[in-house]
Amino acid sequence: MANRALYLKFLSAVLLFGAWEVAGRIPVSFAFPTFLESMGALFRMIGDGTMATAYAETLRPLVVGVAISAFLGIAIGLWVGLSSFFEWLFSPIFIVMQAAPLAALIPLLVLAYGIGLTSKVLVVCIMAMPVIVLNTAGAVRNTPESMKEMGKAFLATDLAIILKIVIPAASPVIFAGLRLGISAGFIGAILAELKITPTGVGDIITYSRSIADYPSMYAAIFSIILLAVLFLNLLEKIETVLFKGNQRGYVSD
Amino acid sequence: MAMSQIDPVVIDNAESAVSTRNISKNYGDVEALRDLSLEFPRGQLTSLLGPSGCGKTTLLKIIAGLLEPTSGEVEVNGKTVTGPGPDRAFVFQDFALLPWASVIRNVAFGLEMRGMGKSEREDIAAKYIKEVGLGGFEHSYPHELSGGMRQRVGLARALSVDAEVLLMDEPFSAVDEQTRRKFQEDLLALVQNENKTFIFVTHSIEEAVYVSDQIALLLPRPSRVHEIIRPSNFRSKGVDNIRRDPEYLDIVDEIWASLRTYVE
Repeated sequence: MANRALYLKFLSAVLLFGAWEVAGRIPVSFAFPTFLESMGALFRMIGDGTMATAYAETLRPLVVGVAISAFLGIAIGLWVGLSSFFEWLFSPIFIVMQAAPLAALIPLLVLAYGIGLTSKVLVVCIMAMPVIVLNTAGAVRNTPESMKEMGKAFLATDLAIILKIVIPAASPVIFAGLRLGISAGFIGAILAELKITPTGVGDIITYSRSIADYPSMYAAIFSIILLAVLFLNLLEKIETVLFKGNQRGYVSD
Repeated sequence: MAMSQIDPVVIDNAESAVSTRNISKNYGDVEALRDLSLEFPRGQLTSLLGPSGCGKTTLLKIIAGLLEPTSGEVEVNGKTVTGPGPDRAFVFQDFALLPWASVIRNVAFGLEMRGMGKSEREDIAAKYIKEVGLGGFEHSYPHELSGGMRQRVGLARALSVDAEVLLMDEPFSAVDEQTRRKFQEDLLALVQNENKTFIFVTHSIEEAVYVSDQIALLLPRPSRVHEIIRPSNFRSKGVDNIRRDPEYLDIVDEIWASLRTYVE
C-alpha cells in the first residue's frame, strides 16, 4: 500500500514535470522556460550559494510569522470556540482579515511599521492566522457533546476536559487549518518580499524577471513550492504520530 | 464475564443505594419530569422503562449529576448529589470512547482523572479489559473494534473506577441483536458477582424484564412512575429458561398493555 502511494506520487510528478517540459519546448510563451532549464538554474543557484543566502533572508519572517500564527491562532481559536463572548469579540476581526485584499493593504502596513522584519511578519500572520483561528474555533465548538459529558461523568476537571477531550477531538480540523494557514503563510512571505522590499527569494524572482533570466525565476518559485510541500508533509507526519487513532485510513500516504 | 447460573436474589429488606425525591425537571415550558420519587435497592438492577420521550435518560443523567433537577433531590448512600461523584459510573448509549486513545487508555480514563499513576491505572484497566472479554485488544483503537466490543470498552471503563452505582443509558441499543443477548446474559452475571447497584435505562420491554430485579415503568408528558414491577420467580431458573417462563411472558404482555396507548 505504501509502495503504491509512493508510485502514484512519482507518477503524478512525472506527468506534471513532463507537461511542463513540453509546454516549455513548444514554447507556450517566450517567458516560460522548460522544466530542465529551470532545474539547471535551481542547481546552479544551490551550487553557488545564492539559494542559501536567499532562504536565510526569506525564512526569517516566514518562520516567525508561521510560529506566531500557529501558537496564537490555536490559542485564540480555543478561546473563541469555548466562549461565545470571545466569539462575539474576536471572530469578526478574523473574518475581515481573511477577506481583506492583502496586497492593497501592504502600503498601510509599511506606513505603520516600516519596511523591516515587522511588516513582513505581519503579512505572513495576516495570511496565515485567520484560517487557523476560524478552523480551531469551529472544531472546538463541534466537540461531540457526549464526549464532554463522559469527561464530566468520570470527574474530569474543566481543564482536563479541554486538554484531554476538546483539543484531541478538534485536532484533525485544527491540523487542516494549520495546513491551509501555513501554505497561506508561504504565499504571504513571498508576497511581502515582492511588495515591501525585494529580499531573499522574492529578490531572486524580481531580479531574474528584470533581466529576463526566466529559468532562475521559475527555479525560485519552484523551490518555495517544494519547501511548502515538504513542510506540509512533515506536519501531517506530526499529526499522525500525535493522534494515532484519529487517523481512520485517510492520512495513509 | 463468564455465564453463570442465577441464584435467587434476596429482595426483601434491601435498603436503597439511591433514592430520588420529588424530582421535577423543566426545559423552558416543557415539563420533562414531574414530582418523581423512586428507590433503587442496593445490589440490584433497576430498569427505567418507558416510551421514547418519557424522560428516563433525563432522570438517569440527573442521578449521574450531569443535569440539575429543577426541584427535588437525589441521594446516593444518604448523601445529596450535587454533581458527578466517585460513587457513580456511567455507561453511554453511544459508547463515548475517545477515538484517538487506545482501548487501555480509554478504560483507564476514569482512573487518570482521579489522579492515579500511569502504571497502576493501566494494571487495573488491563484487568477489567480481560474481565469484559477483550484481552489482547488493549492497544487497539476504537475504530478497529465492532460496536459490541466498543460497548465492552465502555463497560470496562465504568467498572474500573469501582463505583458502587453503575448508571447505564440504553447501553445495548446500538449493538446488534445477537451481541445484545450475550450482553444481557453477561449483565445478569455481573449483577450477581459485583456488589453494585445498577440503574439501567432501556426502551426494550423484553430486555427490561430479562435483566431487572425491579422495573420502574415510566409514562410520559410529564413523566411519572406508573408502576413498579418486581419479577420474582424466574430469576432462579437460570439464564436459559427465563425467556420461556410464564411469569416472564406475562410481565412482558402486561407492560405492553400499559404502554401501547402511549406509543404513536
